[in-house]
Amino acid sequence: MTHSAAHAHHHEVHSKTVFGFWVYIMTDCILFSCLFATYLVLQNGTFGGPSSRDLFDLRFALIETILLLTSSFTSGLAMLSVPERNTKKLVAWFAVTFLLGASFVAMEITEFTHFVQDGHSWEKSAFLSAFFTLVGTHGLHVSTGLLWMIILIVPVMRHGLTPVSLKRLTCLRLFWHFLDVVWIFIFTLVYLMGVL
Amino acid sequence: MSKAASEHGTLKSYWLGFILSIGLTLAAYWAVVGKLIAGKILIGTLLALALAQTVVQLVLFLHLGQESKPRWNLLVFLFMLSVLLILVFGSLWIMYHLNYNMMPTE
Repeated sequence: MTHSAAHAHHHEVHSKTVFGFWVYIMTDCILFSCLFATYLVLQNGTFGGPSSRDLFDLRFALIETILLLTSSFTSGLAMLSVPERNTKKLVAWFAVTFLLGASFVAMEITEFTHFVQDGHSWEKSAFLSAFFTLVGTHGLHVSTGLLWMIILIVPVMRHGLTPVSLKRLTCLRLFWHFLDVVWIFIFTLVYLMGVL
Repeated sequence: MSKAASEHGTLKSYWLGFILSIGLTLAAYWAVVGKLIAGKILIGTLLALALAQTVVQLVLFLHLGQESKPRWNLLVFLFMLSVLLILVFGSLWIMYHLNYNMMPTE
């Protein structure tokens, strides 16, 4: 195999993997749309307990939104340093992304513990079950993304950027952007419309 | 645009996407907190702002529709979108009518 043929073959494998990952993200969108539909149907089923108007703190949710949005942006900036072959810059931007994502998860855990301590757990009403399932599933995705980021970045720090790690980081970037798109709808449909 | 640039975007497209997303998020927040509009107009505004931000992020962050032909990513996306719309609006439609028809009569 000549060098250029090997390169073309490599590129083909690379784009197939990324396409396969894209298809996975699309199926994940369908999972989230089921949870959104469930939430929208059940949001008024408070069973005498607190409603979304009583519980949600919009300023808190806004800060979460800004954190996740900024981390989506910085993950893109990290991948922009790939053509420059600047591994230090790549690792630094992913570190920023990780910190922002971890702060987001920490805020969400704070909110959840707050609700449960006040006696508003998922067992209370259909509304709260749907809320914890939808927002919790998103939070679980973000946490998985953080774990995945560590697993991918540590080898890059030790051995530098390889074609394989580049392929995986491209998938991670797509996953991270996708989680922010899902959050737009959680912020709008759950939090903003919840207090109207 | 080189192959690498089309795959990972450009610095300009990322900044544009970031600023637009922040702007649309703050606009939606102020629309609710500022209490300038209410009712159906407010809900319509919020949905429009969310959809606008989704389009911004799909194009500028996820680079949807910028691949070369055949556009498989876009095709799978459109299929997912049709499933999503049927699922969400179908559920809301059915459950709304179910609630309405099963209301206790006096």
